[in-house]
Amino acid sequence: MALLNIRNLTVKFATATGSFTAVDGIDVRVDRGEVLAIVGESGSGKSVSMLAVMGLLPDTATITADEMTYDGRDILKMSGSERRRLIGREITMIFQEPIASLNPSFTVGFQIEEVLRLNLGLSKRDAHAKALDLFRAVGIPEPEVKINAYPHQMSGGQCQRVMIAMAIASNPRLLIADEPTTALDVTIQKQILDLLMKLQEDYGMALILITHDMGVVAETADRVVVQYKGKKMEEADVLSLFEAPQHPYTRALLAALPEHATGDRLPTVSDFFQQEGV
Amino acid sequence: MTATPVVEGRAIVQDYHIPGSMFSGAKVVRALKGIDFAVQKGKTLAIVGESGSGKSTLARVIALIDAPSGGELRIDGQPVDIRRQRPGPAMRSKVQMVFQNPYGSLNPRQKIGDVLMEPLVINTDVPASERRERAEAMLKKVGLQPEHFNRYPHMFSGGQRQRIAIARALMLNPSLLVLDEPVSALDLSVQAQVLNLLADLQDEFDLTYVFVSHDLSVVRYIADEVMVISKGEAVEQGSREELFADPKHPYTKSLFAATPVTDVEAIRARVARRKAARQAQPA
Repeated sequence: MALLNIRNLTVKFATATGSFTAVDGIDVRVDRGEVLAIVGESGSGKSVSMLAVMGLLPDTATITADEMTYDGRDILKMSGSERRRLIGREITMIFQEPIASLNPSFTVGFQIEEVLRLNLGLSKRDAHAKALDLFRAVGIPEPEVKINAYPHQMSGGQCQRVMIAMAIASNPRLLIADEPTTALDVTIQKQILDLLMKLQEDYGMALILITHDMGVVAETADRVVVQYKGKKMEEADVLSLFEAPQHPYTRALLAALPEHATGDRLPTVSDFFQQEGV
Repeated sequence: MTATPVVEGRAIVQDYHIPGSMFSGAKVVRALKGIDFAVQKGKTLAIVGESGSGKSTLARVIALIDAPSGGELRIDGQPVDIRRQRPGPAMRSKVQMVFQNPYGSLNPRQKIGDVLMEPLVINTDVPASERRERAEAMLKKVGLQPEHFNRYPHMFSGGQRQRIAIARALMLNPSLLVLDEPVSALDLSVQAQVLNLLADLQDEFDLTYVFVSHDLSVVRYIADEVMVISKGEAVEQGSREELFADPKHPYTKSLFAATPVTDVEAIRARVARRKAARQAQPA
């Protein structure tokens, strides 16, 4: 059964030169315990559609959808307080720049304990104990020391682990990760992806992974949605997508991977669109 | 090989001095711990490493931006020490650099034409009319239009800006181009276009590249020689074929192990593992 079901989502931004459609009739469905990857290049609207679910878009955005339900409940019709109970507890999100996502003026311990006190209603002492548990769960070395550290005293990978600890604190059923490893080195990327996959399995969470990196998709996803210029190009399970991509754009993306280079030149998206007359 | 390498480094050392503050004494960080390398004409040396490995520090030394604290740098067999003697226009023309972030490396208030002509104004006495001709020709060469001459950087996409940065670097007919993560900020399909462009330009002008990257798949595509650098030391160096077929150093191996695999068989194996794990643990 679908945990999150979105049908015909359209997001328009009012700009000085008129309305701009960032997301144009997208359907997204994610089942319980499933890993869905949304792939696209910059400007494909892959982040915007998830920010719309989270209610994080600015006032200039107009969001319309035929359906936007979480666990059978209509998100669009929810009152502010209902939505706040859902967002941040059952649906949580982590972002691309872990260091920028944390407040530089407070220790990471203070920030995660704040989440625990507000969202779970824990006392100060319980929040501290739970924060240490979470730090252990996400593999932060010396949690007793690191809990008193400021974000600038930690590496990018460790800050992303803190963000993940905050995101899983309330045992969410859906975690949305927006380019969680893009700012990180490849060895750290591997650690963070392994951690996300392990937590996803341990907690039985659904995971939506927004990425532009086909390598990340290959290593994590069950199902993949490919987006281009606000529209869905293709949706398939991960194996079919890599084995037999249907849409020319998907084929172009896969061919543009340098490791798939066969000759001297890398095929580009426009080559593909020209060849196939799109 | 008997030919003189276009660029050669011997025991390059770079120290950064961190001044003491109220709370701590002065410190010296050794960012490069004695690096040796040589690149032959028309070849590409890729420098691979993670953040903090010193790869960009090395790129800045090779591009004659920073003076190394120790060691010797030779360009076309000539020792160059920018601390003792400022490099003249001839030396500056030989070595040019392209940076990672095409949004940051162009002046937002400077028209593209002026961006391209500035190196000629500073380093040569080419007359104004010819400067314009050369800039327009270069725009075409990198896949842009002569009518882009009067536009500002904000009117271009990331990929186009990187083409402009490459065009600027080529205005002085350099023999060596130092590229510091030139495609890291670009989308996959744009990355492919820029890599193709770099390959074409290398063939046409017999350019030598020093290509700094953290992305092994890009390195495999573009490099002839590869240097893997970690904590300021070159842990492994060799031809692309050797290094990719048989990485020896544990650090190189860990880089390979961490690089995502997009191979269908690997995905099939992962999907099967996941299915098995799910069945073992009923929901």
